[in-house]
Amino acid sequence: MSVGAVEPAPADSVPAPTGKDKGRGGQTSTIGGSARFVPGQSNRQITVVNGKAQVRQRLKDLWRNRDLLVLLTRTQLKVKYKNSVLGYLWSMLNPALVLAVYYVVFKVIARNTIPSFAIFLFCGLLVWNLFNNSAMAATGVVVANAGIVKKVAFPRELLALSTVGVALVLFAIQVVVLILALVVFGITPSVPFLITLPIALLALVVFTSAISVFLSAVNVYLRDTQHLTEVLLMAWFWSIPVVYPYGQIAGALSDHHLGSFKWVYLMDPVTPIALAFQRTMYGRSQYTVKGASTVTHMLPNWGPSTYCLILGVVLVASIILFLLSLIVFGRLEGNFAEEL
Amino acid sequence: MAVAIEVSDISKQFRLYNERYTSLKERVIHGGKMPFTPFWALQDVNVEINEGETFGILGRNGCGKSTLLKCIAGILKPTSGEIRVRGSLAAMLELGAGFQPELSGRDNIFLNGSLLGLPRSEIEKRFDDIVAFAELEQFIDNQVKYYSSGMYVRLGFAVAVNVEPDVLLVDEVLAVGDAAFQRKCLDHVRKFQQEGRTIVVVSHATDTIRQNCERAMVMNHGKVITIDEPGEAIRVYLADLLGVGTLDNSETGGIEGNVFAIGTVQAEHGGMGTRSHLYPGESLSIIADLDSLAPVQNAIATIAIHDEKNELVFASDPDDPGCQMEVPLGGGQIRFDFAEVPLLDGTYSVSVGIRSLTETAIFDWKDQVTQFEVANPGRATGRVRLLPAVSFRRRSTGLTGEVPVVERIGGISGSPVAETITS
Repeated sequence: MSVGAVEPAPADSVPAPTGKDKGRGGQTSTIGGSARFVPGQSNRQITVVNGKAQVRQRLKDLWRNRDLLVLLTRTQLKVKYKNSVLGYLWSMLNPALVLAVYYVVFKVIARNTIPSFAIFLFCGLLVWNLFNNSAMAATGVVVANAGIVKKVAFPRELLALSTVGVALVLFAIQVVVLILALVVFGITPSVPFLITLPIALLALVVFTSAISVFLSAVNVYLRDTQHLTEVLLMAWFWSIPVVYPYGQIAGALSDHHLGSFKWVYLMDPVTPIALAFQRTMYGRSQYTVKGASTVTHMLPNWGPSTYCLILGVVLVASIILFLLSLIVFGRLEGNFAEEL
Repeated sequence: MAVAIEVSDISKQFRLYNERYTSLKERVIHGGKMPFTPFWALQDVNVEINEGETFGILGRNGCGKSTLLKCIAGILKPTSGEIRVRGSLAAMLELGAGFQPELSGRDNIFLNGSLLGLPRSEIEKRFDDIVAFAELEQFIDNQVKYYSSGMYVRLGFAVAVNVEPDVLLVDEVLAVGDAAFQRKCLDHVRKFQQEGRTIVVVSHATDTIRQNCERAMVMNHGKVITIDEPGEAIRVYLADLLGVGTLDNSETGGIEGNVFAIGTVQAEHGGMGTRSHLYPGESLSIIADLDSLAPVQNAIATIAIHDEKNELVFASDPDDPGCQMEVPLGGGQIRFDFAEVPLLDGTYSVSVGIRSLTETAIFDWKDQVTQFEVANPGRATGRVRLLPAVSFRRRSTGLTGEVPVVERIGGISGSPVAETITS
């Protein structure tokens, strides 16, 4: 496509009746032969629509539409609790009930010896809830918003990202509850580890975004992604150290002389993030059962810097995943309007 | 004049799946392959739309016009080719498409405005305008799900026009709401035109295209048929694409044993030799060959004209003595001469008949045996060409007495004077 300057057209050039130019199967409209894009003639931005999907352009579009992301998030939140009597209270009630169930099962019935087990559980659940809520909602979000996707042009990744936004808001509410619980139970978080939290949260958000964007696009083409996601997420949940401490896995691996394979377990990006939250908010990595002399290790005894290093790796990997998911999304997005 | 939208070699393929395997099981069974027939919704479409131009796209259902609009809007990605759009763009493909029924009108204005690309601060600034335009001051805090469909569409339109884009894409949504609101919408479209914004209208309503557009494109089967002035484009659309009035001329002869048999019927008009169609107001002659097996003293020729919807436009008076004639043995030619045809666009079919005034058995009737086409180069719409003489008389002031000033104001649009039209 030539974007070169052509001689300026007279302002009143009237479109001449077009000749039936059957040059290459299609016809061109010749408007005095002079109307072309002339760089610098107008400062209006030129948008190019073609079959390609450039990641940099996508990121730029996302940034430009950040207002919309906020609005979509707010819309989802509003709609979510619109017609329920308890409204936003559900965002706390729901995890509270889940917490209660796990507490009863693992503390009362299975009788584990972990002190303040509820707090420990809550720290891990926080992390998982953010990831889980977003991934579940994102899977169906493009399909559910078919009306907009088919009729309005906007960066559709925002739909998936808005589910991350919703999950993040719920996360924030739960953090407030956790802090209250810490005060009530008199547990002090370990201050040196506080530095790990921002990195962990950032890594979690980026990783969740990557998975959410990916799932939302795939589900348009393969609707059973939705059902598959449910099952996989359930399996995933039980594979990360949330309802049981990391120490149990490490111990089990050592018992089978596989202690040097602990890193495999840490390959799951959610695990180090959950560990960081547990280590910081729960405030200890080991405990001694009253009356016994053995020390039980719950969490790895890394220092803050080790945590930061591992989380840094997770963050970098998540960013790469996010960019990859944008590429996948871009490829698939072109046909959304016809697939829905 | 710069180009606002440049469409270069756009093609868009849709896959028509014979069977849709959306579940994993089915996909695995079929080895991940799905049988499909490629369908080219757009093929090598090239068009340049100038800044400040109102451009119409005409075509039948499924001709690809909406697909093209969606490609320009960026909703669909073309299979090949490229579209460049200069400036901001808003598409009105469906009004209120992004509305969330659970939310209030207020929230939806923000949501919809943002979806159309308006920054939050701008929406806040225009919020009152939008509400006023939609005439929803009372209901703005009600949930949209309780809105009537008219209110819904009004709100959608109000948001869309207040986005004030450089390029506006409209897909047959101009006809919404009640008459007063339609007026308002059209006024807004006019305002857009005056402000030099580019508008692309997709429609199969030829009147909309004729009255609003400077140029129009006709599409069929994903290809561009023509790009021309609205009058010519509409003619091509009506005649070539809709195929209205294409007659099956194979029918022969009259009823066996009948005295009369009308042979070939031809239409001649004032524009003969230069064009296939006539302009409104030109002359028309219908000439019918007639065979007669016996002399008939009091034969009466009749003629009827139908439009493309097969509605009767005109039928001659069966008792008109002017149509009476004497037909000798062997027959001859019947001529119907119309000094001028006061019809606007369309393809009209002609039926010719002849009968005896006294004996009902003696007759022949050729239903829709020939046709003629009227193309209106002007902007008048409707069926009939009426030429009002417009004058203005100043109101009596009571001081200086009657001042019978008569001024002609402007030419009548659509008054077709053949000399001025040939471009």
